[in-house]
Parts: sequence; C-alpha cells; structure tokens
Amino acid sequence: MSPGSPPSLDQLRSEALTSVAAAVDLAALDRTRVDYLGKSGRLTAQLKALGALPPAERPAAGAAINQVKVELQQALDARKAALEQALLAERLAGERVDVTLPGRGQHIGAAHPVTRTLERIEQLFANAGFNVEEGPEVEDDYHNFEALNIPAHHPARAMHDTFYFPDGRLLRTHTSPVQIRVMEQREPPFRVIAPGRVYRCDSDLTHTPMFHQVEGFLVDEQATFADLKGVLYDFLRNFFEDDALKLRFRPSYFPFTEPSAEVDVQCVKCGGAGCRVCKQSGWLEVLGCGMIHPAVLGHVNIDPERWLGYAFGMGVERLAMLRYGIDDIRLYFENDLRFLRQFG
Amino acid sequence: MRFSEAWLREWVDPPLDTQALTDQLSLSGLEVDAVEPAAPAFSGVVVGHVQSVAPHPDAEKLRVCQVDLGDGEPIGIVCGAANVAAGQRVPVATVGARLPGDFKIKRAKLRGVESNGMICSASELGLAESSAGILVLPADAPVGEDFRAFLALDDHCIELDLTPDRADCLSVAGVARDVGVLNRVAVREPRIEPVPAGSDDRVDVTLAAPAACPRYLCRVLRGIDPRAPTPLWMQERLRRSGLRPISVAVDVTNYVLLELGQPMHAFDLAKLDGGIEVRMARDGEELALLNGDTARLRADSLVIADAKRAVALAGIMGGADSAVGDATRDLLLESAFFAPAAISGKARSYGLHTDSSHRFERGVDPTRCVLAMERATALLQGIAGGTAGPVVAAVSEPDLPLPPTLHLRRARIAQVLGLAFDDAAVTDILSRLGMTLTAVGDGWQVTPPPARFDVQLEVDVIAELGRVHGYDRIPVTHARSAAATRAPLEMAYDPQRSRRLLLDRGYYEAVTYSFVSPELQRLVDPDAAPLALANPLSAELSVMRTSLWTGLLQALRQNLARQQTRVRLFESGLRFRQAGAELMQEPMLAGAIVGPVLPEQWGAVGADADLFDLKADVEALLAAAGCAGEVAWTAAAHPALHPGQSARIERAGKPVGWLGSIHPSLAAALDLPVSVQLFELDTSALSGAPRPAFAPLSKFPSIRRDLAIVVDRTVTFARIEDSVRSAAGDLLRELVLFDIYVGEKVDSSRKSIALGLILQATSQTLTDDEVAAVTARVLDALRADVNAQLRT
Repeated sequence: MSPGSPPSLDQLRSEALTSVAAAVDLAALDRTRVDYLGKSGRLTAQLKALGALPPAERPAAGAAINQVKVELQQALDARKAALEQALLAERLAGERVDVTLPGRGQHIGAAHPVTRTLERIEQLFANAGFNVEEGPEVEDDYHNFEALNIPAHHPARAMHDTFYFPDGRLLRTHTSPVQIRVMEQREPPFRVIAPGRVYRCDSDLTHTPMFHQVEGFLVDEQATFADLKGVLYDFLRNFFEDDALKLRFRPSYFPFTEPSAEVDVQCVKCGGAGCRVCKQSGWLEVLGCGMIHPAVLGHVNIDPERWLGYAFGMGVERLAMLRYGIDDIRLYFENDLRFLRQFG
Repeated sequence: MRFSEAWLREWVDPPLDTQALTDQLSLSGLEVDAVEPAAPAFSGVVVGHVQSVAPHPDAEKLRVCQVDLGDGEPIGIVCGAANVAAGQRVPVATVGARLPGDFKIKRAKLRGVESNGMICSASELGLAESSAGILVLPADAPVGEDFRAFLALDDHCIELDLTPDRADCLSVAGVARDVGVLNRVAVREPRIEPVPAGSDDRVDVTLAAPAACPRYLCRVLRGIDPRAPTPLWMQERLRRSGLRPISVAVDVTNYVLLELGQPMHAFDLAKLDGGIEVRMARDGEELALLNGDTARLRADSLVIADAKRAVALAGIMGGADSAVGDATRDLLLESAFFAPAAISGKARSYGLHTDSSHRFERGVDPTRCVLAMERATALLQGIAGGTAGPVVAAVSEPDLPLPPTLHLRRARIAQVLGLAFDDAAVTDILSRLGMTLTAVGDGWQVTPPPARFDVQLEVDVIAELGRVHGYDRIPVTHARSAAATRAPLEMAYDPQRSRRLLLDRGYYEAVTYSFVSPELQRLVDPDAAPLALANPLSAELSVMRTSLWTGLLQALRQNLARQQTRVRLFESGLRFRQAGAELMQEPMLAGAIVGPVLPEQWGAVGADADLFDLKADVEALLAAAGCAGEVAWTAAAHPALHPGQSARIERAGKPVGWLGSIHPSLAAALDLPVSVQLFELDTSALSGAPRPAFAPLSKFPSIRRDLAIVVDRTVTFARIEDSVRSAAGDLLRELVLFDIYVGEKVDSSRKSIALGLILQATSQTLTDDEVAAVTARVLDALRADVNAQLRT
C-alpha cells in the first residue's frame, strides 16, 4: 500500500475483514458481503468515488481499492467454505445411525445337508468329466437285480431288504439300475454319475428306509482297476479337502462288479488314531466299487471283450455325517428347522 | 462265520500276531467283524481234585469239600452245587483269584465253616450264559494246572462277515487255506482216516431228483452211548464258534460243519422206515421240523424221505419225528451235496435260515462228503462208541458240478487290473489257491478247486490275483477317457438354480419320505389312487406320494409344534402318479410357507405372507427358468387349496403346477393355520424356454402415462392386461399395475385400478399426439373389453 493511500480504505479493509471473521452463519456473511461489495456497498462506494480524484491518482487509488476488494472476496469465500463445512459436519453428525443394528429384509435359508453334499459330489465328478443322469425310483426287478447279475434267490438279494409293490415292481434298492438304463440307451464310451434316492426296508438307529446314493461308472476301451483307484483317490481327497488322506481298498463282493472292493478312508475325525466314529479302527468305510462285471455288459449288449468299465457307489448320508459331524441319521428326515439352519 | 484263533492256528500258523492276522484277513476280503477274547479276564483258577465231600453241619444245601490243588495238601471249600462229587476234577478259584466282573475270592466262613476258595461253574468263569452246577472237567485234567492254560482260554473268537461269494471260507479249513496262500505257509490238514465198517448195516438211497441232489452219502452207526459227554475241548471249540453244545451226535456234526464246511445231519435210525429217497416234496405234504414248526411243503422243495414220509427239508432242517433224542443209540449219518440252485431261497421261503442252508445255497465243496463222513464217524465212535456200517453212496455223476476250465490271458490281467503279473507270480498264487494251471500260448488254462463256486470266468481268476497280491499294491493311475463331456443344455431346467433361488428367498430345504400315510395322502389328494407298498415298514409309510405337499405339510406342522412361528420349506423330488395304466414318476419342486413375510425384525411390519408373496417366489422361479412370459395363471379348484385362492399354472396350455392358500378344511384336519400357502411345479415342464434374443436398444426417450380405471370386481387383471397390450401394440414397453382400490369412493361392485403405461418407439421420439392416440385406443379397448370407466 502506498504511503499516500487514504486512511479510510485501510480502515475499511480492516473493518471488513473483522466482520467476515465474525460472521457466525452464511446469512451474516452475506450481509457483510452486501455491506462492502454490494451495489451500494462501502467498498463499491469508494470505487464509484474514484471519478472525483484527479486523473493521475485514479489508477493507483483504483488498484488499491481493487486489491482490497480481491482480498475481501477471498476472505468471504474462505469463510463461506468454512461455514458450509461446519454446517455439513453438523448435519452429518445428526444423521449418525447405529451401524450395529441388524440389516433388514429377507434372511437366507439353508440347503438340506444331503443335497448340499450331493451338489458337492456332483460338482467334483463334473470336474472330472462325469455327466449326471437320473432314473426312476419305482423300478422293475430286471433293472434293479436281474441285469445287475443278481438273479432271483441270489443271496445278495437278502441283503437288500427290498420294498415291493403288489405287481412285482419295487423301490430301487440302489442307484445301480441307472447304470443299466444308460447303457441300454447309449453307445459307449461314457462317464456318468447317477445321484438319487434309494430305499431299503430297514429302520433303526443307524438305518432309515430311504436314503441317497451316488452311483458312478465309466465304460471305455481302456479302463483298469488302477484307473478306478485314481478316480476315487481324487474324489475322496477333494471331498474331504485333504491331499494326504489315506485310502484302503479291501476286496469285497458285489454281483455286478469283478473284482470288487470296499474303500475305507483314514478316519477323518481322529486321523487314524482310533475314536468313537471309526469304532477304534482308524478307518471309515465310505464306498463300494469294482470293475463292471462282464455279465452286466452282456445284458446291455456291450461287448465285454472290447469295452471295460468301472463303477462305484456311495451313501450320501454317510459322507455328510462324516463331513459335518452329524451323529444321528434320523435327523435327516425330520426336517427340524433347528437342524436345517445349521447348513446355511 | 465265527471260529477260534487257536483252532485256525492248529491248521495254519503264520508268524503274525492276532491284530496282524485279522487285519490281513480283512484286507484280503474276509472282513473281520469282531475279535473277542475266548473267555473274559480272570486269574487264580486252577484244576482241583475233589477228594471228599461231606455235608455241612449247619446248612442242608451246602457241602464241605476237601480239594487237592496239586500240592498234596487238600484245602477245605464249601460248595453249594448239587452236582459236586468226590473224585471230580473241577476248576477252583483260589483265595486271591479274580473272577469275571472283578469278583475277588477271599477266605470266608460259610455258616461257621471255613472255605478257602470256590469251585466254579462255567457261567461263573464267563464260559456259558447259565450253568446248572459246577463245571466238571475230564478225569485226566492235570491237577494243579492253571485253568486258563488247561483250556487254552487265552484265545480269540474271530467273527468274519463273509460276502456271499466266499462260502468256501465258511469253515476253519477254508479260512486256513486262504491264510496259507496269503502268507505262503503250509496248511496242516488233520489226518482223517477212513473208519472201516464193523457191520453190513446199511440203508439204501434213491436219488429221485439227481439234479438237485447228485450225491448222497449215509452211514449207519449203531449202539452209541447217548449219554457220553461231548469232550470239553470240542465243547470249547463249538462255544468259541458261537454254538451251544447239545448232544454228542449234534455236537459232532456241528463240529465237522465248522471244521470242514460240510453240513451233516444225524437221524434216529429207529424212527426211519425203510430206505432213503431224496426227492421233491409233494405239494401240501407236511413236515414237523426240529424247531417245532410244521412246514406245508411245496413241490419245488427237496426233501429227504423214508419209505413213508419226508423226514428232512434237504440241506435246511431235519424233521422232528426222526430227530436224535436223549435215548438214541442208533444213528443214520447224512453227508450230501445239494445243488445251490435247489436250495437257494427255499429256507427263506419257509421262514428259516440255518447254518446248513446258509452254506448249501452258496455252494459246498461237492467232493468233501466222504471226508466229512469219515471224520464224523471217527469222532463219534471215539466219544460214544458204536459200530459203523459201510458208507452208502448214491451218486449221479453227470449231475455233479464240474469246475469250469477257464482261459486266462496274460495280457488281460494288466488290462483289467492295470498291473502286469509275471508268470511265476500267477502260477504261485493260483496253485496255492488250489487251482490247476496248464500253460497255453497267451496264458493258462485254469481250473478252480471244487469249493470255489465263485470262480466261473476269466475275470474271477484275475480278481483272485489282485486280491492275493493286495489291492493296495495296485497302482493309482489317471487315464484319459475317450468319452465326450455332455453338458446340460443351456435352457434345460437347472435344479440347482431353483434351489439356490429359494434358499436366497428365505426357504429351508426339506427332504421327506417318498412314502406317506394313506390318511394324509387322501386328505391332500383325495382323487388320486396312490401306489401302495406290499411290505411297508408301517402304515405311516405305506403309499407313494402323489404330491410333495404331504411331506411338506407334515414338516410344517412338526416345526410349528416346536414353537417355530415362521416356516418356509421346499423340497424337490419325484411324485408318483398313476395315469391310466402308466405310472408317472415326475420331478416336482414344491414349497409351503406359513408366518410373516419377513422374519421378525425392527422397522418392518409383521404381516403374514399371503398368496401373492408366495406367487412372487414362484414367478422368480419361472423367470430363472426363462419361462415367466410363457406361463398363464388360471383360477381353478384343487382339493387341497382354498377354492377362491388357487391357481393352476399353465405353460403352452399344459398344466405345470399349482399355487394357492391351503383349503381351510385341510388346514383344520391337519391342525394348521389357514395362512399356509403352497406351490408345486412339475420341473420337467420348465425346460426349453426360448434362449435370450437380443433386441436393439431404443435411442429415444420413453413416456409414461398413468390411467386410473374403474371396472367390475370380477374382472381379472389378466383380462385388463390383454386388453391394454393388444390396444397399445408394440409401442408399449411396460405395463405397471401400481394400485388397486376398493372402498368408499368406488361403487361397491367395482374396483379402481391404476395403471402406468410406459411407451417408447424405436425410430423416433413419440409426439404428444401419438401418445394421446395410444392412450385413447387403450381406453376405448378397456371400455369395450371390460366395461372400464376412466376414473375422474
């Protein structure tokens, strides 16, 4: 500021800045603006008064006033921003909610543990190239027994505890008839899994008259027991999510496979040390398998010299029990919400 | 099959402890179900010699015995058993002995007389369920010997759960052979010498059904001592095999059954009339059986008959009339081969299952009859004396089963197992299994032993190679398959999508039995004739469901009874519906809900879900399947549903499901609230919806016009919608129903409907005139079609 500048400008500037700083809200601030910069504001009045000055002084005086004007405008803007910020902060503070309150709306339900397990099994085999097929639950004797190399009076029939209908039809006792139905309808090679309900006339602490199985089979020009082991190693290790899970293949007997095996996994509860779940044996039987019997291929007109196959079958309830620690098979079909909710 | 480990080890004794032996059995396909000690733990019991027995001075039923325990200084023992007698050898629990049940023997005074131990019964030692008196040991029992050592009680009972193919292991001899093969150790068969005939006594045999019985041996044994006790060692072996000693004749035949696997029978010779005929039963012929039942025989059943009548159900059970009794001195022993096909299923058909039928229906070595007969004769004579006649054998050679000759190809072994065997291994394993091999060009000709009815094909021989070699030693391989991957069609119904959708909308998945109670079935679907089981577990589970609602309603009810107030369940599964002669097994998806729309929560009203809440879920299911636009909802009656609140769901004119509120009568019958809502969809009808087809997006703005109209209450929204859509044509992008009003300002027979029409053209911005024209067309159509008035 030049030493010759009129004291009134200096004073005006000082008053204006004080007024800006003192404005407590946007209205007061606006009043200050009008007071100084409005059409008839005091600073505006000084600009208007420039004409009265000698022409030589006008530029300097004008510049001085403009400088004050710019400075004042900046102060007004800054104050306005500060006031707005404070206002926003105040409003937001008032809008505070309790974020610990539960969300509103529909809650999610839960799949049945058997279905949940079935889906996992299907997914794991789908990844290995197996297709899902289904078959009827009311079956005929041919598909459930005869074609699977279980003729009438075969001792294996006694182990099946079959539900019959008066006309001789029956409720399938296993998912193996789907094997026959697929092989009747299609030409090999194929890789199929068949999940579904099966029925046995048996009900006690460890049996329900209905349960679920997954049957899987492959027919190809090359298929060996060693390949079967490979598929089941992959499946069981993936299912139990344990890449080091030990398996044990025990020779067994099924009329529709030869050779046949039962497969045990190292107890998933105790790791093989022995516990209540594995009855102290360290092993859990989880599925049955084998190479498809030539007589079964013969029943569906597939040349057993050219085609080989393997098949396996597993109980879904059992796998789900092991996976989720369910200890009573009867809970599966009581559909108690307190049970179902645990599998959401 | 249950047997004693010590007995097996007498035949074959591999260098394995009990655990290793039983693990090996399990891993070779003879699954060990249980290993139990032959006797419970006890100690301090020795063989004693009762030197004298005197009455107790103060107790009528007690006796004071002087018993020598081998050290020459008899001790006094008070004994309450009636059968104690001087001269007996008996098990004595000495002072300090611990008996089963942690029962400790102390010196005690019994009615004033000191007793220094206890003479034991079999049951007190855990060797029998019950005993009539003390256990009397053979006269040659070594006095002073530890009783456990004397009876070799530190033994195990091994229980095998054999698969039906391995009937050859239903004997100690059979298991021994497998153990020998697995361990490459020799099997020591007991020497069984023929017993020469001491007389010409014979009973002639006629094979009238040679296919069913091609070999029948019998032998007369006259003059046995029926009271001769079965030796303790034999009783023990029977006991450890799960059999109860009965009488010498029965015990010996049982022993031979366990040892050699040959079921035998002993008849009371005096009760037989004339020769033996093995024939088919006559229809209706009656036979009183050993178990007390009387069987009415059928002509498909093989019997052993004398000149007058059937005396045994062949291979299954003997008759009561010819049974060996306490006084039987003269026996006719039977050792025969009955064909599996003749015995299979027969025992079951008469409600029977015996050790004999169990073996014959699975297959008994047809060459063992003679050996078993000689064994039984020698054992019986040794125990009970008697004079044996010659072995009478009736044989129909052509009907005897011949083991097949199988062509085993070297290359096929690796093709099946994924592991090649060298020739030496093949011949070693198979010959140890009793198979005979002849080398031929690409492999061998193999003949299995006669006991192996399960080896009928080349692959059976390969399976044996794998089994004996060990499945765990077969590699784990990952082969590529030539099979193409068949993925589901894009527009096929996706059950997982539906399930997830319902789960996300708050449903829980139920799995209910496919068979239900006929009463419930009748309540839910009274017009259907459900398929009924011939042998249901219970009446509650006796007919096949024709709707999934039966199980869901039951589950709903049970959950409400467990204090749940809001239940939403769904299930997918088959229903079983009779359509004429055909049984339809249709995949259904069904749901049942009751209770508030939303779970109880803050900031939401707790209104109960109604039909339209459920309909939104069903519409979502249909939309997910891509067929929402193809479905029509028609008011229709269903016996389970409220007649005014139920819809048949149709796709292309075909019914695909139902939706509705429960019929109040059904609700009352099941004690359910009337607010239950139900749906059921036939998911096989939801496949094949049109694939999404792209349409260009309009660049021009859309315009909305709202119309409030008043129509009769009976006018359905479907009619209004049809009318609007056909009048508006393809300029109508969307039709929104945003309000329905009935009440004060509308005539009581009418309702007000508020519609939003969203209009848009693809080639230009609609002008006001064009919009007005469409709106006018729509109103005209509504007036004409449903007698609508514009609400003012």
